Amino acid sequence: MDNPQQLRYSKEHEWLSDAEGGVSTVGITEHAANALGDVVFVQLPEVGATVTAGESCGELESTKSVSDLYSPVDGEITEVNEEVANDPSLVNSAPFEGGWLFKVKISGEPEDLLTADEYTAFAAG
Amino acid sequence: MTEAPRRTALDATHRALGATMTDFAGWDMPLRYSSEREEHVAVRTRAGLFDLSHMGEITVTGPQAGALLDYALVGNIGALKVGRARYTMICATDGGILDDLIVYRLDEREFMVVANASNAQVVLDALAARQAGFDAAVRDDRDAYALIAVQGPESPGILKKITDADLDGLKYYAGLPGTVAGVQALIARTGYTGEDGFELFVRPADAVAVWEALTEAGRDVGLVPCGLSCRDTLRLEAGMPLYGHELTTALTPFDAGLGRVVKFEKEGDFVGRAALEAAAERAEQNPPRKLVGLVAGGRRVPRAGYPVVAADGTVIGEVTSGAPSPTLGKPIAMAYVDAGYATPGAEGVRVDIRGTHEPYEVVALPFYKRQK
Repeated sequence: MDNPQQLRYSKEHEWLSDAEGGVSTVGITEHAANALGDVVFVQLPEVGATVTAGESCGELESTKSVSDLYSPVDGEITEVNEEVANDPSLVNSAPFEGGWLFKVKISGEPEDLLTADEYTAFAAG
Repeated sequence: MTEAPRRTALDATHRALGATMTDFAGWDMPLRYSSEREEHVAVRTRAGLFDLSHMGEITVTGPQAGALLDYALVGNIGALKVGRARYTMICATDGGILDDLIVYRLDEREFMVVANASNAQVVLDALAARQAGFDAAVRDDRDAYALIAVQGPESPGILKKITDADLDGLKYYAGLPGTVAGVQALIARTGYTGEDGFELFVRPADAVAVWEALTEAGRDVGLVPCGLSCRDTLRLEAGMPLYGHELTTALTPFDAGLGRVVKFEKEGDFVGRAALEAAAERAEQNPPRKLVGLVAGGRRVPRAGYPVVAADGTVIGEVTSGAPSPTLGKPIAMAYVDAGYATPGAEGVRVDIRGTHEPYEVVALPFYKRQK
């Protein structure tokens, strides 16, 4: 599977878009979506909530399990994807596009975010 | 377990199909090939193909094979007609369930007992221990068979294309020897999905040929390979218990609402009889908890082990299996709950989902019953 070059990645398998006006879009990777199986429920953070890199800010539930959703950066939630809340299967069908999860105004970034190539190697290992 | 998981005769086929594999009871088994929800829907509406070679086959032969099984199991096995199968259980002396089983009578003097993979050794050991004094032999046939199931409304049409066996004459819970794709098979009309379907016991060396022939025969009606993940949601919708979840050594068949499998009227003593008679009376007069179905009001999924709670937060039971139901479009669960809350429609039943008490409707099992 191809991890888009223009994105950056966390070791918790989230992707982060380039910031526009300080705001980035976040989702989970195709690798993560495949590992979860069919996603049936997504609990997203509230707009306005403060999130911290590496800390749980929601849940992703699949047929077999429930997983924490992490933010890859520190910041404030500016928007959540209502479409994915209504149709969680978007996480599986379009993880890098229609299945995005939230937008965050970044106040701090960890130093260990990965490039696409680094993440591809990380996910394969 | 530190040993590497065992691989079935179809292992290379699963990998070529891109299956996600999982360790299940010491076996490396397909969890899913694509979307488990699509696999589930395929079995409900068309057909699905399963590798179930992890199941444990045990052959019991001899003049007193039926008498041994009547003594060792809770069912009336000696009365089974040749070519028929029965769902039954094996219990400990204290009445606790060691495993649930399907027993096929292959001949007057030959039975095949099919145990869960996780319990096959326990069942073998128990049968060996109970065999003393009977003119019968117990044989471990786990390596003698691969098991392939084709399940779903299109499965009779698919199987008919590649067998000369009389499938129309083969009733539910019956099994007969026949030829499938040119090889010898025991063809059984059994399954664990709530749909019509067949289970084919074949030699491991023939498994790939049978799998490929079924794949080809089912191509134009939408047969898909199916993993254990959808098998679990299919059996849950059909209200079928799973050992380790609804059935354990701590429960008798009566506690699990399956007292009908215990045949007190059969001749002679059987292991667990005295304890099971007491369990039957307790279940009749003063049942502590009952197995019920729960249907979610919300979208969060109950999982095995989650507490069932009353409106005031008192724990009144525990979830044994839970999953999003593709057929109902809502999360469902099976749970043991206090008898006072076990009536369908009981008020104020909730499941504690990681700290949040979500409302649930108590319903009678099964959640899904196929239209015949």
